[in-house]
Amino acid sequence: MARYILRRLAFLALTLVLTSLLIFVITQLLPGDVCRVILGREVGEAASQACRAELRLDDPALVRYGDWLSGFLRGDMGLSYSTDAEIGPLVAERLGNSLMLAGFTLAIAVPLATGLGALAALNEGKWLDNLISVFSLAVVGLPEFVTGIVLIELLAFRVGLPANSSIRPGTGFFEALPSLILPALTATLVLLAYIARLTRAGVLEELKQPYVRTAALKGLPRWVVILRHVLRNALAPTITVVAISFGWLISGLVVIENVFNYPGLGRLMVFAISRRDLPLLQGVAMVTVLAFALANLGADLLYAALNPRIRVGE
Amino acid sequence: MTTTTNPDLASESAAPVRGQRWLVSLRALLRNPAHTAGLIIFILFLLIAIFGPMLAPYGVNEQIVEDARQAPSAAHWFGTDRLGRDVFSRVLLGARDIFSLAGLGTLVAVLVGTSLGLLSGYRGGLFDELLMRFFDSLLSLPALLLALLLLGTLGPSRQSVLLVIIVVYIPIVARVVRSVVLSVKTRGYIEAARVQGESSARILFREILPAVLPALAVEAALRFSYAIFLASSLGFLGVGVQPPSPDWGLMVKEARDNVSQTPWALWFPAGAISILVIAVNLLADGLKTLFRVED
Repeated sequence: MARYILRRLAFLALTLVLTSLLIFVITQLLPGDVCRVILGREVGEAASQACRAELRLDDPALVRYGDWLSGFLRGDMGLSYSTDAEIGPLVAERLGNSLMLAGFTLAIAVPLATGLGALAALNEGKWLDNLISVFSLAVVGLPEFVTGIVLIELLAFRVGLPANSSIRPGTGFFEALPSLILPALTATLVLLAYIARLTRAGVLEELKQPYVRTAALKGLPRWVVILRHVLRNALAPTITVVAISFGWLISGLVVIENVFNYPGLGRLMVFAISRRDLPLLQGVAMVTVLAFALANLGADLLYAALNPRIRVGE
Repeated sequence: MTTTTNPDLASESAAPVRGQRWLVSLRALLRNPAHTAGLIIFILFLLIAIFGPMLAPYGVNEQIVEDARQAPSAAHWFGTDRLGRDVFSRVLLGARDIFSLAGLGTLVAVLVGTSLGLLSGYRGGLFDELLMRFFDSLLSLPALLLALLLLGTLGPSRQSVLLVIIVVYIPIVARVVRSVVLSVKTRGYIEAARVQGESSARILFREILPAVLPALAVEAALRFSYAIFLASSLGFLGVGVQPPSPDWGLMVKEARDNVSQTPWALWFPAGAISILVIAVNLLADGLKTLFRVED
């Protein structure tokens, strides 16, 4: 297991170097003078010079990349171009908020979706299965901003939940809870269909295995077979599914945070784009990628812990 | 009866009965009510995209100031927005907007992605290795994150959104095509073609491409549905197509500030996006069953 973990960590480091390079290259793609674009055409030569100095555009790109990456690793992401504030603390605070929302969403979505998926598989072809699959297909097609607005219209005023989740910095989980419910519910709907469909496929696959028949022939009650054997074996692939859906969750949360005015990384990113604040954009993107990579790593390790074939094999 | 992904059969029966084969495929697709609904709705939206400008009673940004904030009526079927623009006309014209944006983006991504996938899978070697590692690193970013990074650099505009769709989907299409190429490359009929002295180009386009087509059709439909999703999400975030364009996502964003006064200006474009995306998803699902393409 130790060797497996080491290999995964090396792989993680490599991925992060590659993606950081990619993020840096993309934000340097702009043809022409970045400062002209940020400041507008009419700006004087002095202001343009100051901007170039601040973004250090006259240094070679490779030097800037090296400095940026080493700064990032030390927790120093430089200054935001549009607000002059330090990027590090701002991103850290927003990351905390996004993780709070993501964690809460997963806590609702994963048990619900795996439960529904298993239920659909056990009732394969019956009305319950059909209902769940039709519902999944319909929800998958709805963009997050439509789902979010529908939930606001349906629930916010009737149940008394806030439609605007702009919590103040430093708000604790329980204090923020009412503001989290609607965004988390929207994100749950995004994940639900996906996780449920794959769980259903996993459980169906397990039900076909010979050991299920053996257990039944041995006289074990069906619920024991399902709970002790089938679900346990179907669980391992589900973890991978959850890790994959973490990527979806990140994309979904960007939109959802903007629907609900929730102060997370996604909203900060849209802010950075609308202000053409490239240093801030780089910082937010890098932190998001880091969170994504760590989630994948966690899922891989958990999967290996549950499935000896992975860590021993290869 | 229906087309199979078995490439030996596909290439044998390809040329002479092509027209007939499509008819059989279509009939098989129509056997499922959900897939039929998807196809019909898709065609309906396509017709609206083509003929929208002829059907729309008002111009995209024509303001009838004295009619502002009107509820749906005989004069304005979907009501009017805060600025007195006819929502029905804007939703109709928005169909052409999204089809040209998502459709063109998907088309280019599919063409480029297919070429790269064919070449990469067939050639193999260092080119394949380098290209795939590059695509892997692009795909290691969540799609929306990559899209936002590009938009942040290029600046929000229609051209940027088009470019974003193309860049985000080329690697995905290329990988799908490449995996099919790898699985058929070693089949007997390819070997036979090579021994016969056929040129690489001929083998790629006449022998391998037909085997790729089923998976490609499904992938293209899926990409198109995600492209609509992506473009309208970017419009909603305000970092995509800019006002006063009749982009559905942008219309939802603009109507949100006045949702209590003009809810119809929000619900009709939101409904249009949802219905179109669900229809294209159903169609993709139908193509998947039809061509027996595995996930």
